[in-house]
Amino acid sequence: MRSVRAFFRQPVAATAFAVAAAIILASVFANVVAPHDPLAQDLRSANALPGAEHWLGADTLGRDICSRLLYGGRITLTGALIAVAVFVALGVPAGLLAGYRRGLFDLVASRVVEVMFAIPVMIIVMVVVSVFSSGVTASMLTIGILGSGSLFRVVRGQTMAAAQELYVKAARSEGLRARSILRRHILPNIWGPVIVQTTLFSAGAILTESGLAFLGFSVQPPAPSWGSMIGEASRYISAHPWQLIPPGVLIGVIVMCLGLIGDGVRDAVSRTDTVRRPGRRAGSRRRGQAGRPAAPAVPAAPAALSRPGAASPDAASRTPASTGAGADPQPDAILSVRGLTVAFGRADSQTVVVQDVSFDVGPGESVGVVGESGSGKTVVARSVIGLLGRGGRVISGQVFFDGQELTALPPAALAKIRGRDIALIPQEPTTTLDPAFTIGKQIAEVVRRHDRRPRAEVRARVIELLSLVGLAEPETLVGRYPHELSGGMAQRVGIALALAGRPRLLIADEPTTALDVTVQQQILDLLRDLQDRLGMAILVVTHDWGVLADLTERAGVMYAGQVVESAPIEDLYHRPLSPYTRALIAANPHNATKGEPLPSIPGQVLAPADWPIGCHFAPRCALATPECSAGPVELRPAEPGHSVRCLHSASAVV
Amino acid sequence: MIRLLARWLVNSIMLLLVVSGLTFVLVSLAPGDAARTILGQRGTQEQYLALREQLGLDQPLPVRYWDWLRGVLRGDMGESMFSHDPVSRLVADRIGVTIWLVVGALLVIAVVGVALGMASARLKGAIGRCLDALSMVGVSIPNFWFGLVLVTLLSVKLRLFPVTGYVYPAESVSGWLRSLALPVVTLAIGGIAVIAKQARDAISTQLDQEYVLALRGQGISERSIVYRHVLKNAAVPLTTVLGLMLIGLFSGTVLVESIFALPGLGGLVVGATTQHDIPVVEGVALVFALMVVTTNLVVDLLYHVVNPRIRTP
Repeated sequence: MRSVRAFFRQPVAATAFAVAAAIILASVFANVVAPHDPLAQDLRSANALPGAEHWLGADTLGRDICSRLLYGGRITLTGALIAVAVFVALGVPAGLLAGYRRGLFDLVASRVVEVMFAIPVMIIVMVVVSVFSSGVTASMLTIGILGSGSLFRVVRGQTMAAAQELYVKAARSEGLRARSILRRHILPNIWGPVIVQTTLFSAGAILTESGLAFLGFSVQPPAPSWGSMIGEASRYISAHPWQLIPPGVLIGVIVMCLGLIGDGVRDAVSRTDTVRRPGRRAGSRRRGQAGRPAAPAVPAAPAALSRPGAASPDAASRTPASTGAGADPQPDAILSVRGLTVAFGRADSQTVVVQDVSFDVGPGESVGVVGESGSGKTVVARSVIGLLGRGGRVISGQVFFDGQELTALPPAALAKIRGRDIALIPQEPTTTLDPAFTIGKQIAEVVRRHDRRPRAEVRARVIELLSLVGLAEPETLVGRYPHELSGGMAQRVGIALALAGRPRLLIADEPTTALDVTVQQQILDLLRDLQDRLGMAILVVTHDWGVLADLTERAGVMYAGQVVESAPIEDLYHRPLSPYTRALIAANPHNATKGEPLPSIPGQVLAPADWPIGCHFAPRCALATPECSAGPVELRPAEPGHSVRCLHSASAVV
Repeated sequence: MIRLLARWLVNSIMLLLVVSGLTFVLVSLAPGDAARTILGQRGTQEQYLALREQLGLDQPLPVRYWDWLRGVLRGDMGESMFSHDPVSRLVADRIGVTIWLVVGALLVIAVVGVALGMASARLKGAIGRCLDALSMVGVSIPNFWFGLVLVTLLSVKLRLFPVTGYVYPAESVSGWLRSLALPVVTLAIGGIAVIAKQARDAISTQLDQEYVLALRGQGISERSIVYRHVLKNAAVPLTTVLGLMLIGLFSGTVLVESIFALPGLGGLVVGATTQHDIPVVEGVALVFALMVVTTNLVVDLLYHVVNPRIRTP
């Protein structure tokens, strides 16, 4: 019942239903509604145009077109009804049986349907009509039989899916009778798709019946049907083109209404379906952001925190990410982000997801951004190269690359910088390669894009790049497709693609998260090695302290769209000032004590719309006091090279 | 590759047997038989029985089917009950028209449908909604009616195209193109609407894939991303839809050839159906099944080309 209400709440579908019902009822009660006798000839009004006497005009024999349409609807709609009845009577039981019992019947029926799909329906109908009389019944029965394959497939699929549900499995194992399982658990799931298929099929049946009637394979004249009226009108198109219009438009209208009803039922059922079974929805969510757990429970590399972070001597003295919006960029930095604020959604209802983020990356330096899922770290990385995706935009702040402000650049100019000056190593290596092109072609396209060279040199460069990222046998690899690669190989290809334009800054967004633990370390070693050899700067976005320690010299910690702390990596890890950083480090699985539960941060990251005015972490913070929530908390330098966004940072120092 | 061919062969033989067997069974179910039809009311019982024997109708159904099948394998599909022309010659004279009609419609559907789908996917907004509405109208109107409207407007009123009839390409290429233009558009109209919608969905799905973002990150031009990468990936589902649509196009030739009086197989089968000329109907049904089988192979091979993922087992 809920679906019925959901259906009629859609204005388009409800209107379509009303129009279709009106046409059908008018045909059924044609003897009451029709203004004239459909067969009555009146030569005085032959070929009359629409007027008071004949609303839709009259044909060459002076018969009233409107009345003929109403009576003709009986023939056409009866024909369609026959086809639909056969369609449902065959498709539903066969589909239920095949989907529920499987086995031999399913095997045979599915093969038969596959063959049925390849039969040109009209030809078989011609055979039937040539053999039997040219009435409607035989041809419409044929159409119903040949069409039922599509309903069979839908019902079979739905039944199989429903039979896989745990409660149905349980009911079966408890020995509940098949009939009651079908009635109680399976039929409620299939009636929606059945109605959708049936309305769409009935639209097709009306079109086919009209076509047959047009060819003369329907009722014998003078009795009208919609198709035969088009056929009669077609003989006089040069003299009386109007007579063509009413039957064609009427068929078009009812077919369109049936199509809209089908769409409406589909929408209504899927909407109420998700209410009934909320679990179904998870699959449609975008992968990456929302799917991952809130706490950094993903196992990190068995890395590297025992090895001291590779902080360069001057790292600590560099001014950290403390300056506010509008401040000048660091003169010697290759990348300076100032007061970056990013929002998604329409301007009148936008949601800010990144607030006032500032940091610098020097030439050849590695800087990290660390945080939980939903902290906004990936958004920061993507907004640097102008790839926020639909609905995302920088609403204030600047991004300077080599002194050039990027957020103000037109898209075409920004595209020139991507790949050539700043390149991106994406998160999921296997989904970020184009599945339809070979590795060689994909890399060659990027190489050609950045410097035009003869074919042979491009190929040599492709091989060089593949060797550079440590892939064996690059000559055979160029002919492979992405699905033939392992995750680790695919990520090396991703890095080769990023290096193709000889960029000066590499942005690595969770470069190892999607990989096996054993492969993660290899990729980290490769990145560090490449940085040593090619001297480019790297911005690493990660939730993994092991990756940070391995690759970066300095890092900013992000929480709920803000940088909460920024420091050289060793200070950050060993002397964190922000209670959030401390909690994040404590939640690192590598610090867990054996036998004790894995530490985690209580509570969850708030959705951007729920961020408080004050400290974003206050709702989850053990040290929070009323002042924390009173107003925005500034990021301020606590000691040289180390800044923090916390009112209680002093008490946080261990 | 071999598996693909083997599967195609099995499916094809099944389809051909099903179509020809079905035709045969249906014919045998008919009230009266060919001998009675030929003789009409006048023939005596002796004449009738003699003709039955001559036509082999006294044999049981499987034997008759087997005989017919053996004849078909030799290229002999019987002869028309009325004109006594061999069915194979009738078919050979007309198959070219039908093939050109279907191929032309398929090309128009693929090019126009994908172009509209691309426009709709990239423009969204008001233009996208307009295209959606047009596509809804395109699927809903009866194509034979649309063809008649085209004839009325473009041929009768504006005299841009011939009203009916066919010009063989050997006579005049431009005349041939003009005589095929309206039939091709008529046959294609519904398909364009379906493919436009499918292409819109396929292209939108591809534009949301991670690899598109990665390509942008590598500095690949938007033109190459859309027309090279996205289009090739969207071609995978579209090939399947186009393959199924082809079968519908063969059905559609029956109506379209009748409207435009084209001398093709569709027109032949309509004429034979009206006269109950069963050998011709049987022959044409088999030839249509053969054309479907052939196009299925082409579609399978094409699918193989556009989708590298099924190439390696």
